Formats: sequence, structure tokens, C-alpha cells
Amino acid sequence: MTVMSYLGAIGAAQREAMDADERVIIIGEDVEANVYGTTGGGKSRSDKGDFLQRYGKNRIRNTPISEEGIVGAAAGAAMTGLRPIVDLSYSSFLYMAMDQFVNQVAKNRYMFGGQASMPVVFRSAMFYGLNTGAHHSDRPYPMFMNVPGLKIIAPATPADAKGLLRSAVDSDDPVLSFEACLLWSTKEDVDENEFWVPLGVARTAREGTDVTVVAISSSVPEAVAAAEELAKEGVSVEVIDPRTLVPLDRNAILRSVAKTGRLIVAEPAHRTCGAAAEISALVAEEIFDSLKAPIIRVTAPDMQIPFSPSLEKQMYPTRATIAAAIRRVVDLPALQPVATAV
Amino acid sequence: MAELARDTLREMQLRMLRIRAFDERASKMVKRGHIPGTVHTSIGQEAQVVGATMALGTGDYMSGNHRSHGHPIGKGSPLGPLMAELVGKATGVCKGKGGSLHLADFAVGSLGESGIVGSSIPIANGAALSSKVLNNGKVALAFFGDGAANQGVLYESMNMAGVWALPMIFLCENNQYALSTPAHTVTSGIISERAAGFGMPGIKVEEGQDVLAVYDAVSAAVARARAGDGPTLVEVMTYRYNEHSEGLRLGTDYRNADEREAWLRKDPIVLFRQYLASQGFSEEELDGLQATALAEVDAAVAFSDASPYPDLSVAFDDLYTDKESAA
Ligand SMILES: Cc1ncc(C[n+]2csc(CCOP(=O)(O)OP(=O)(O)O)c2C)c(N)n1
Ligand SMILES: [Mg+2]
Repeated sequence: MTVMSYLGAIGAAQREAMDADERVIIIGEDVEANVYGTTGGGKSRSDKGDFLQRYGKNRIRNTPISEEGIVGAAAGAAMTGLRPIVDLSYSSFLYMAMDQFVNQVAKNRYMFGGQASMPVVFRSAMFYGLNTGAHHSDRPYPMFMNVPGLKIIAPATPADAKGLLRSAVDSDDPVLSFEACLLWSTKEDVDENEFWVPLGVARTAREGTDVTVVAISSSVPEAVAAAEELAKEGVSVEVIDPRTLVPLDRNAILRSVAKTGRLIVAEPAHRTCGAAAEISALVAEEIFDSLKAPIIRVTAPDMQIPFSPSLEKQMYPTRATIAAAIRRVVDLPALQPVATAV
Repeated sequence: MAELARDTLREMQLRMLRIRAFDERASKMVKRGHIPGTVHTSIGQEAQVVGATMALGTGDYMSGNHRSHGHPIGKGSPLGPLMAELVGKATGVCKGKGGSLHLADFAVGSLGESGIVGSSIPIANGAALSSKVLNNGKVALAFFGDGAANQGVLYESMNMAGVWALPMIFLCENNQYALSTPAHTVTSGIISERAAGFGMPGIKVEEGQDVLAVYDAVSAAVARARAGDGPTLVEVMTYRYNEHSEGLRLGTDYRNADEREAWLRKDPIVLFRQYLASQGFSEEELDGLQATALAEVDAAVAFSDASPYPDLSVAFDDLYTDKESAA
């Protein structure tokens, strides 16, 4: 075991994948200079650019700023024998390539009757919560959950970031990885040997019996903190981190809620048609009778992300807003009015 | 012009005849309701398609667009599974999941046609990238229309192909109209001249109804690509005889009769037949090619007719590699 940051773990997974298979290449803007910190050393951004020295320009490719062309070319390369990892930097830039994601990447295997294999990973960072304004603060994974044919991961810990990325690279289906920048500096002990976290398997971040909180991405540590707080008042909270949003580990969620009878879903994406909405609907459809209280979603509101720190901070689920939701479903009095925009 | 073997010349005419016969039959089948939806025929554009596809090797890659049947036929894909796909049969080349707009036959390097104008251009570019990275000597070609020539993704792709010296051919099928819109009314400058901005050769084939002219131009581009000298933009002037899609009847008379007559006089199959006759092919042999193409189309329709429709149980197959991931 070695202490790794979230970002360092992604770098380690990329290095392992590059070493394991010559067909793996990394393409994206500024990857040669390791500007986004995952094509350098295993632990930090300090070993700037060492992927370039190690693997050469044939496999580490700086691209022009042409997201549509990049995503389409990666798809074409995947269909003809490569296994590209595409670094799209900010998740907001995925919109530039929407046609390629929806019409080519997602549809080609199916439309062509299984002839196309699409072993390609599209990584992007969700920069929300860092005062970058509306153009750089997106959490767009729910839009892509609405596109059959894509697989979607949203790792919340360094170990999951490493293990899920290895599985994503090995997958013959296209995988979109949404990485929250708020988690970049999170550190934990991670196995420095190769390991794979399977796609579609949730992680129980904390066990409990009274309430289930399904939390996504940066909401996971917030949910765990809220659970610890509530434990002091005798409320036992289970935190489930789906890790993979497509395919979703439905059974893990249903099993937990069947046990606790109460569900909170916390995520940093917008409220309408978000992952939280989907998970809420799943539970309501499948095990309505097990529910002892209404489901509560703790999400970002349906609005743009404001720049001013005093406003932006209020937009995403926090330990306080998640704790408040937990208190409601177990009939504890509210501690104080939390400024929550839901 | 390179001396071509008689077999190659014969094969060129046969492939053009196949496309003509296939699309004429498909047109009828749409009108009778035997093919659901619609199709876009390549009738009139056979020289442009076959000149390009025959300049490629079987192992080379190609992506196409909505005018979609000629490309795989030109690349050597057998007609039966193509026809079955148009009808939606389980034996279709895409198991009935794609239809006319999404024909693909990976066995002959056909990476897929596309219903979204311009969308498949970067797919071929990516195939050229994999050839480059894997150093396997293959080249890739993207077919697109004059309409698609105004999509931004073409220029992103040309820039990338240029800067990476990819073994890539951008082949613009300039039939002078995008649906009802004359190209000159929406296109600034000359398409082939846009290549200069990306530091690559731009070739305009004015005689796009002459299969050998197209073949020569594309062969030169293929040779350049294989030698590691990078991409080429080839613009081929041609004309579609039918309406944009079968069954469509546009109220406006957007193409005038004189223009159409002039192009009909330059029919690619008639022209090449005359050329072949001048090269010593007998009338009997040339009639035989025509009969072969028609018989192949008859057999393709019979194959499709005898094939079952896909069962609902396979509807989710190939959404993902594993069935469990499908909701
Ligand atoms: C992105 C997109 N926009 C519009 C259309 C509708 N459409 C289908 S074919 C076509 C004309 C295309 O013209 P061109 O590229 O010249 O090809 P041609 O039909 O002439 O072979 C149009 C507008 C589409 N399918 N995709
Ligand atoms: Mg056109």
C-alpha cells in the first residue's frame, strides 16, 4: 500500500494500462506537458511530462482544440484496434462533441449489429465548487446516462479512481469517467500493484440500519461526514456509493433501502432528470412498500452556477444539507435552517 | 494514366453495374413498401464511388454517409446481406439493427455509413490514426457530400490529419446539391481549394463520371498516404439522377431539365462501356456483366425474402458487450 491522491491514482492507472497494452494511447489537449496532472508521475504533478518520455509521441498525443474531431477520431481508432484514453480536461467541453458521443460512440456497436468494438475511455474533470463560473462548473453525467450505449463511472476515492479506470480501459464498451476536482487532493492508502474495480458494482462506504444515503462523486465524503455526525445522536446511516452510474448496481441500492426503509440521494448534478431522480424512481417502483418515509433528493438546483463564492458554495450537497435531510426522514428536529437550494 | 489489367477494368464496370442494379431495385422496393422507410440512391454517381473504392485495398478503411449503398458495394461487400439489411432482416449485414442509413461491413473495411451529415468523417480519420500508431500500412477514406463540406468537423479532421500526417483521404462527392440546396448558394469558394489552408493537396476531378479519372486521382492520394506523406482532399464532380431520397417529391423545380439532360448524356456506365469496347471487350462480354449484376441483385432479394425478421429476444443484443448492462 502507498498513499496516493485521487489524481495520482488516475496517473498510476494510466501508467499501468499503458505498460500492460501497447494499443492503449492517451490523446488530448496538453497531455504531453502533463498540464492536468495525470500523464506525469505516479504520485503528484511534479514529474512533469514523464509519460511523454516513457511512451513517446506516438502514444502520447497532444491534440488541437477540436473536441468533436478528437472524440470522433478516438471512436474510429477504437473501432480499428486501438484502446484510446481521451483526456477531455473539463467536462463542460464534452458538449462540443455531443454528436460524436451520441451518434457515433454510443450507437455504432448496436447500429452495426455488433461489428464495432468501442474500447475507448473519455475522462473529464468536473471543476465545480472552485469559483470557475458557469462555463467550467458542470456536472453533466446525467445527460450521458440518458444515452444508451455509454458506460459511466464517477469514482469518489483514490482507490476507486485507480481500479475503475483499469476496468474502463479493459472494457470493449465506451466508458465516460467523470472526475470531481474537489476530490483531486483526497489521499488514502492504495495498492500500488495492479487491481481492477469491476464496473457496475457499488461500494458500501459506511454500514448502517436506519437510513440509506446513496451519494455520488464529491457527495460521498459529505454523506459519510453527515453519517458520522448523526451517529452521535444514535442514527445509523448507511452510505452507498454506486461508483458506476451505467450500469447501475440496482441490487445494492434496493438491498440497502429494503433494510433501512429510508432513502436520501445526494449528488452535485442538477435536480431535473438527475441520477438522484433515476435512483429515487427505481426505489419507488421496486420497493415502495419498504419505504417508511418519503425519498429526499439533495442536489444542485436547476440553475446556472454563480461565480461569487458566497453563492456557489450553497449550490451543492454538503454534510449539513445531507444531515438535515436525514433528520427529516427519521423525525429528528431540524438543528437550524440550512440555506439549501433544492 | 496507369495501364490497368483487364480484370480490374472488368471489375470496375461490374461494380458500377451492381450499384445501379441494386439501387434501381431498392428504389422500386421502397415505392412498393417492401423496404421500410426510405433510401438514398447513388444512381448517376457510380463512377465516383467505384473509382474511389477500387483505389483502396480490401484491408483499407472507409466511412460513408446517407447515400450509403454504393460505398460498401464498391468496396466488395456481398449484396445479399446488404439487401436483407435494407429490408430489416436478421441476416442483414447489421442484423437488421442499422438499415439503409447505417450499412457497415467490417469484413471489407466498411466502418459504417451515417445518417448524420458529416458525422462519420472523424471515424475514418481515427482509423487512419490507428493505422499510423500501429504502423500497419492501411489507409482510410471518408466519403461526404458537398453539403457535408460545410460541417465544422470536416475541418477539425483535416487539420488533425494534416498535422499528424495521417494516411487519410477526404473524398467529397460533389453532386452539386444538398437536398434542395445548390452547393454554390451555400458554399464560399471551391471545396478542393480549402485543402491549401491545411497544407495538403486538394484535387478536383471535373470528369467525375469517368471512373478512370476518379480512380487515378484517388490512387495517387492512396499512394501518398501509404508513403507516409499524409492526407489529400479529393473533390469529385458528379450528379445524382434520382430525387434526394426515394419517394420524396419536392414541390420546387430546383434542378432544371437541361442540366439533367446534359449529365444523363455523360452516364458513367455507358461511357465506360464505350471505353471497354474500344479496349477490345466484346459486346457479349459487356452484356454478360450487365446480366451478372442483375442476377446478383435477384439473388440478393431472394436471400432477403427467404430470411427471417429478427426476434424480439435479440433487440438488446450488441447494445453493450454484455447483456447485463442493458437496462
Ligand atoms: C447533421 C445533419 N443535418 C441535416 C441532415 C438532413 N439531411 C440529410 S441528407 C442532407 C443533404 C446532404 O447533402 P450532401 O452532403 O451534399 O449529400 P448528398 O445527399 O448530396 O449526397 C440533409 C440536409 C442530416 N441528416 N444531418
Ligand atoms: Mg450533395
